[in-house]
Amino acid sequence: MRKRLVLYLLLSVITFVSNVYGAESEGMPQLNPEFWVSQIFWLILTFGFLFIILSKFILPKISNNLELRKSQILDNIETAEKQKIESENKIKEYETLINNSKNEARNYFNDARKKIIQDIDKKREKVEEEINLEIQNAEKEIAELKKNSPEKINKIATDTSAQLIKQLIGEEINNSSISAIVEDLSKKNKGKYYDN
Amino acid sequence: MATNPMHQFNVYRIGPEIKIDQIDISFTNASLFMVMSSLIILIIFNLGSIKKNIIPNKVQLLAELSYSFISKMISDTAGSKGKPYFGFIFSLFMFVLFCNMLGMLPYAFTVTSHIIVTFVLAALIFIGVTVIGFIKHGLGYLKLFVPSGVPIVLLPLIVVIEVISYLSRPISLSVRLFANMMAGHTMMKVFGGFVISLGLVGGWLPLGFSVALTGLEILVAFLQAYVFAILTCIYLNDALNLHH
Repeated sequence: MRKRLVLYLLLSVITFVSNVYGAESEGMPQLNPEFWVSQIFWLILTFGFLFIILSKFILPKISNNLELRKSQILDNIETAEKQKIESENKIKEYETLINNSKNEARNYFNDARKKIIQDIDKKREKVEEEINLEIQNAEKEIAELKKNSPEKINKIATDTSAQLIKQLIGEEINNSSISAIVEDLSKKNKGKYYDN
Repeated sequence: MATNPMHQFNVYRIGPEIKIDQIDISFTNASLFMVMSSLIILIIFNLGSIKKNIIPNKVQLLAELSYSFISKMISDTAGSKGKPYFGFIFSLFMFVLFCNMLGMLPYAFTVTSHIIVTFVLAALIFIGVTVIGFIKHGLGYLKLFVPSGVPIVLLPLIVVIEVISYLSRPISLSVRLFANMMAGHTMMKVFGGFVISLGLVGGWLPLGFSVALTGLEILVAFLQAYVFAILTCIYLNDALNLHH
């Protein structure tokens, strides 16, 4: 019984080990030199082909594309900057134009105002002269009138008083005596009738 | 055994056996994926370069962004002298990237998970860089192994270390890419196997891991291609601008 068990165990161990070795017998396929030459041959063939095609045909095209893009972008930036400068110049021109026209307008306005003021001054002077002349004339007239008026008043006073006396008394009195009285009265009351 | 995580790396013949002088160069699944990634790269970049729009369409934008990405990477690491090698670096980056990315498709084969492929690429770069260095500087290129400002006593030791580190460049470059890709894919396969063996009850956890690993692997696929290309640029920089 015991012998059988030992034999069974031994057999199972042997089968296990042989299985493991069977798996291991393949080992690392990398170290099996059977296809080494084939791998080297195909590696050099495919890699060489890849290298030649890439470096002769494809990579120059990609680098061209990149260069083209770079130069185009640079060109675009250049033109953009040019246009920016141009537009800035245009803006400056526009501003100077506007300033000039503003100044011109101001000058026009000032000129017009000056002219108008001068005109008005001239006219005013003329009118003032005329007014002064008239005032002088009027003053002259007034002065003449003033000068003449007391005599006339005296005459009227003597006439009316002579007539009054004639009517009242019915006698003619000498004109010269009446006028002397009137003159005397008017001299007395001079301040009363005239303000000057 | 289909669940063997290493099974996905098997190379097998597709079509007839092709032999030149007893040397087997048959078309295999690895060859198929190399051809596919090359063709996809060519198609995408051809479509991206055909039109000359000022405002690019999507494919054109993709092509132009990749172009300026690699161009910037080269000018940052190798300076303006690195420009003539742009085509090579670009093809290298794209080839590795697309091989990595195509490997992420289910049932796909990852070309870069084979040490022989990455080693040949790295050796190509190593030989090319060494040749360029000797052409540009003549024997003066050997100054690369003699750093300035090192005490004379230490010089023999430093030179030996520098030579070893220079010679191990192709190995480190190839093993980095190969190991990353192989480890990632193996892990994904292992977690995928767990999903099947644990079934409906316990399979959800490894499924989540698998999803997360897929994201990580896509990142790694890009990152390793980038690292491969940028290390190439750095080696190229050493050869072009000799100042150590």
